[in-house]
Amino acid sequence: MHELAVTESVLNIALKHAGQANASKVTDIYLVIGQLSSIVDDSVQFYWDVISADTLCQGATLHFERIPARLACQSCGSEYAITSALEPCPTCGSFSVRVTAGEEFYVDSIAIEHANEETVS
Amino acid sequence: MTPSRIPVIENILSANDQVAAQNRAALDKAGVFGINLMASPGAGKTSLILETIHAIAPDLRVGVIEGDTAPVTIDADKINEAGMPAVQINTGGDCHLDAVMVSYGLQQLNLDEIDLLIIENVGNLVCPAAFNLGTHANVLIASVPEGDDKPYKYPNIYRNLAVLIINKVDLLPYVRFNMDYFRQGVEMLNPGLMTFPVSCVTHEGIDAWVIWLKEQAASARTK
Repeated sequence: MHELAVTESVLNIALKHAGQANASKVTDIYLVIGQLSSIVDDSVQFYWDVISADTLCQGATLHFERIPARLACQSCGSEYAITSALEPCPTCGSFSVRVTAGEEFYVDSIAIEHANEETVS
Repeated sequence: MTPSRIPVIENILSANDQVAAQNRAALDKAGVFGINLMASPGAGKTSLILETIHAIAPDLRVGVIEGDTAPVTIDADKINEAGMPAVQINTGGDCHLDAVMVSYGLQQLNLDEIDLLIIENVGNLVCPAAFNLGTHANVLIASVPEGDDKPYKYPNIYRNLAVLIINKVDLLPYVRFNMDYFRQGVEMLNPGLMTFPVSCVTHEGIDAWVIWLKEQAASARTK
């Protein structure tokens, strides 16, 4: 779907932080993506290989940490994970629930190398 | 040489969010209330806009930004025929509008000459949900023939809504649509969501929706 726009954003964020850290190379990028985000990892990886070519990020490995969607029941207080479809509270059947996890969508960190480590403070 | 790990913690779409904030500032400066109207193809986005313009025209000036995936001006032409300014944005095949596209659209509208901005997003229940445009309210149209399972299948788009419009309620006697099941799904994702059941054919429910819009536009003007 919009994986190209997402991949471009990831590249821009990684390049910005790598530049600020005077990196010569980015080796890894750690992404945190909630289950409710409609992003296909394989598509991001596909675009990544294309658009990261000839940048500091060329060859960097993308790591996807997927956060399962969790709901908190507002009626009985129990918390539960949803696997595929949206489900009412398995304990009491209530539809009064609140999403507590699964909407994460950020770059957590990057791993970088420095060409000349002595010049870096 | 060992790589060092540096923290980033940056929202992947933060660049879009920054442009969205600029769009919001431009709307606020002009006292314009902006809505991002989303729906699947054929849910009645353009029909609702035309109904809204028709009902609101004596009181409010409406500007429309039309997002389309192809360079066809069918929708924009209809808005212009109704006497309101419409700007067409061709996404070049993209499945959604983003804040940058909307900023170009805003440049082509004279915001001082409108009170209400309606952005008609690309017909799609997945991608538009991810991109903040800088409008004041996300509005979704769910139409009865699409089926009552849509909140369960497209949960994301129901999460950040200010208003839900259930369109084509005149078809309820003819299609299988369990309103209770539909509303239970909505309630799980967005408790207490303001909902307007309407029909653009019988005009049922349009008044309540237009009253809400007028209230929002009035408070945007006085800010």
